[in-house]
Amino acid sequence: MYAWIWRHLPGPVWARATIAVLALAIVVLVLFEWVFPEVSALLPFQEQTVND
Amino acid sequence: MTVHLPPDVGSRTPPEARPERPVRRVVDRGMVVVGEILITAGVILGLFVVWQLFYTDVQSGRIQSAALDELEFPETARVEASDNASTDTGVETPEVVELIPEDAKVYSPEGAPVLGELAEATTFGALHVPRWGYDYVKPISEGTNRARVLDPLGIGHYSETVMPGAVGNFSVAGHRTTYGKPFTDIDQLQEGDALVVQTESAWYVYRVTDSEIVAPSYMAAIAPTPGEPGVAPTAASITLTTCHPRYSAAQRYIVYGELEYWAPTGQGYPSEIVEGA
Repeated sequence: MYAWIWRHLPGPVWARATIAVLALAIVVLVLFEWVFPEVSALLPFQEQTVND
Repeated sequence: MTVHLPPDVGSRTPPEARPERPVRRVVDRGMVVVGEILITAGVILGLFVVWQLFYTDVQSGRIQSAALDELEFPETARVEASDNASTDTGVETPEVVELIPEDAKVYSPEGAPVLGELAEATTFGALHVPRWGYDYVKPISEGTNRARVLDPLGIGHYSETVMPGAVGNFSVAGHRTTYGKPFTDIDQLQEGDALVVQTESAWYVYRVTDSEIVAPSYMAAIAPTPGEPGVAPTAASITLTTCHPRYSAAQRYIVYGELEYWAPTGQGYPSEIVEGA
């Protein structure tokens, strides 16, 4: 999977490495800002209210 | 990318191995993909832990200080100004602050200004807890929904309970760990400690009376008379709830308090939140 992505990135090695790092940063940003907050609200590890 | 070799390509190998080779390649590549997916899942779980334990503090801390700034209570601004001065110079409370005169304090909930109903996630006040530091000031917002109030805004007010200063039980919830963790040191609170709630029109100084660890279903903690559901309230109480133990949702840590006095804003600070006063 990752080897396939690497083969299909354009340009010389340094350009591929830059694109790969950028793509990774975008994935982490999307996870941190949008995906994890949504998932976390569904998990029962963090409850601080009293309720029935 | 799986290449199925024509049968005659493998003719150099013994005939019995011939049908196996393409199948094995498919299996090998399949295993590589499965392995990569599992490694990716592991990395994402690791990132989630990093996000939960560290980044939520950054995110929520930013939102909570913005919410405090938006309150625009003159006293809050001055407290922050003196805090900045003390951190810059390393000198403790360099500013001389005015204290609320004794004759402005009302030692009963009578006549206290009480806020009306507010929309969910409205920030309406600030909580000062000198036991947690003279610079401890956090916004209080309406509601206890996690995604909309407690995660981003910190301290949330149980909508079914009264507003600060009213006879009844002003109850709030907050995170003990992560998301800016407003109640992280709740176990340090001792009987008699001040819990100071500030709204636009008044200061409400509560004193801690008790604390206990209860089951999550213990609704009596936020009853109008704490611990006695169905009993009509005679005092203005406060209840703080958070999770217990840390990083768990198994129990709740509850702190109870009662109003000592209130005073209108604009006449100085309660001495409780001024260091050395």
